[in-house]
Amino acid sequence: MYVTARENKKNEGKVVLKMSSDENNTNVEKTEEAPPVPEFENPLANLILKKFPSATIAFANPDRTRVNVSKEEIIQTASFIRDELHFDHAESVSGVDYPDEKQIEVVYHLGSYDDPSLSKQIMILATRVPREDNPHPGNDTTKLSSLYEIFPSVAFHERECFEMLGVYFEGNPDNRRLLLPEDWADIPPLRKDFDIKGR
Amino acid sequence: MSAKLPPGLQLEKVDDRIMTLNVGPQHPGSGHMRIIIKVDGDYIVHTDPDPGYVHRGEEKMAEYRNYITNIPHLERPVIHDSCNILYPYCLGIEELLGLEVPERAKYLRVIAAELNRCVYIQYWLAIYGIFLGHSTMFMWPTGDRELLIDLLEKMTGARVTHAYFVPGGIRNDVPPNFEDVCLRQVNYFEKRIKEYADVFYDNPILISRTRDTGVLSREDAIKLGTTGSVLRASGVDFDIRKKEPYDVYDELDFQSPTLKEGDSYARSKIPWLDMFESCRIIRDALKKMPKSGSVRVKLKPKPKGGDTEIYRRVESGRGALGMYIVSKGKPQPYRLKISVPSFRNLIAMPHLLTGEKLGNMPAVYWSLNYWPVEADR
Amino acid sequence: MVNDITVSKPKGLSVINQINSNNANVFVGKLGDVLYKAVGTPLGMALNWGRLWSLWPVHIETACCSVEFGAASGPRYDVERFGIIEAFGSLRQCDLVVVQGTITRKMAPRLRLVYDQMPEPKYVIAMGACAITGGLYFDSYNVLPGIDGILPVDVYVPGCPPRPETLIQGCMLLQEKIKRMKAR
Repeated sequence: MYVTARENKKNEGKVVLKMSSDENNTNVEKTEEAPPVPEFENPLANLILKKFPSATIAFANPDRTRVNVSKEEIIQTASFIRDELHFDHAESVSGVDYPDEKQIEVVYHLGSYDDPSLSKQIMILATRVPREDNPHPGNDTTKLSSLYEIFPSVAFHERECFEMLGVYFEGNPDNRRLLLPEDWADIPPLRKDFDIKGR
Repeated sequence: MSAKLPPGLQLEKVDDRIMTLNVGPQHPGSGHMRIIIKVDGDYIVHTDPDPGYVHRGEEKMAEYRNYITNIPHLERPVIHDSCNILYPYCLGIEELLGLEVPERAKYLRVIAAELNRCVYIQYWLAIYGIFLGHSTMFMWPTGDRELLIDLLEKMTGARVTHAYFVPGGIRNDVPPNFEDVCLRQVNYFEKRIKEYADVFYDNPILISRTRDTGVLSREDAIKLGTTGSVLRASGVDFDIRKKEPYDVYDELDFQSPTLKEGDSYARSKIPWLDMFESCRIIRDALKKMPKSGSVRVKLKPKPKGGDTEIYRRVESGRGALGMYIVSKGKPQPYRLKISVPSFRNLIAMPHLLTGEKLGNMPAVYWSLNYWPVEADR
Repeated sequence: MVNDITVSKPKGLSVINQINSNNANVFVGKLGDVLYKAVGTPLGMALNWGRLWSLWPVHIETACCSVEFGAASGPRYDVERFGIIEAFGSLRQCDLVVVQGTITRKMAPRLRLVYDQMPEPKYVIAMGACAITGGLYFDSYNVLPGIDGILPVDVYVPGCPPRPETLIQGCMLLQEKIKRMKAR
């Protein structure tokens, strides 16, 4: 019963996924039309769209909101989410590898302890960084500004993401290896072109 | 000279005041991890946790197995809390596949999860006792834990690695006389854990060792994103079972204990108080549970999800445990990220240990409710 | 017979006369060999018997099997009554390594270091499927396929994780093995 209720809610609030390549089109649409306020029953999505028109809302469920931003805008968006929307900690930072699109997606799951009205809500902040076929972690273009100054709780998560996917976080005070052995010389293991033995 | 060398190769400045200590991985007070500690006399001036000794690549392996065959190895990070680590995975897959769990299965899941929480906390408490040199506190919880392990064995067939939760319900129904046995054992168990107050929690030696050591303020607990007992000991009332109720937790009668002090004593007391609430939940669930009915939805072999992503979280024995599942329409997940509470509480370790006396290290370290195998995944 | 003995006596005396500060060590070593051959077998049995009932496992946890190892030390299973005490912190007093589960590439050098620091004689129990073959993690990129490559294993205890009874049986098999072993 619970699952069906969730499903219904999801379908009500669901919005078509907009890829980053469509950003320009959607921007044009948004500037022409009125902002799509009635589309989201979720007020957080509207606030973010009003402030950052280039961001796209992938979905806005009653308890999950996903915002895709460009990697240049991530610091401003995260500051806005912390200061205006009262999300105060990061639950996880995960990287997802998309070798076909030559991009790596970094997904921050942000939550709120202080604001009781947001305790069910998870703000999913996603951005994409370019990916190189021959990674040289730390010295190639796979770089992203760290959110350490805004959410100090991302520190170890970003360290993990650096060694697992090779995304270098500029501004993180500690970019050393965390989980892998000291003599690890292969490519970052969570990339899709790293094959485990026997598979 | 040091400016030209890469960061990993810089020579350390030798100081005759500061001494570096490696605590672990072979150390009676470390577990499966290493903490590199720098001490000035008796005081810790720098802490650098070095996890990863049990990093087994669960997340990578999950991308090669389908949603059902992922179950056994996903519970391995916390084998003594295996129901709770499978819980968000099963909830996520159910949301992905649109399954509806039968009512009886929901209650049995809650019972199994709460029993498992008690089993976890008892083991944690036993190790906390032995860390502080309190042998009785090792023997009592380890012995009482076996009662609940017996119950879980009756329920699931295995001592610790249950693999009991499957997407769409639970693996098998409980034996016919389970409810009476469960009620009796849980009542006895509650009577036993009340006695821990006399031997452990009211013990002046414990209090003097843990009071006012490693104090984590409310603001820091929020800022560092800690979770579970660490967070609730610092005065933040945040329990996923209350805030985002899953399965039937919203119909059950319980509270989430919260303390304000934020020191090691409060952090060690919260799990103990949690066990009383678990007993309440189990008794309430046994009362409200439908007496018969199916416990599992039939699944197709190799179920496939849509092109979507799901993040579900539950309250495990250590705190909020989330699973982030990215599905690309294949029987295998495209990416599975396990956001574990131990890893989230790890960041509090350098924050708390720096400035403490070296002798307080075990008391602070294990009060973080940290299980290294889970943090490394 | 009689002639042999009379001939050998001056020979032995001449050997003693030849001892000086340079070859004293060699002579003492030979004397040790003779003594060992004479009383070695009964003494070895006594030594082994002494080691048998006081196995001290070293406190090194490598993965999740340590949960069941802890349960085995608890009041219900109580390995102490079989002569195996609880895991102990000091390496120099231990003579048993129970490898409690998965050995990752980061842990392997440390495990070998722990083993090397222990005094002889020392015994190894591989506990759990991961320590034997890699177990569930046979295809993981960071897990060794069994610890045979780094440690000489005496007893394998299968299971994932093994029940405490299985661990106790493994320990008793090890004791049986020590009983029949040549004393080291």
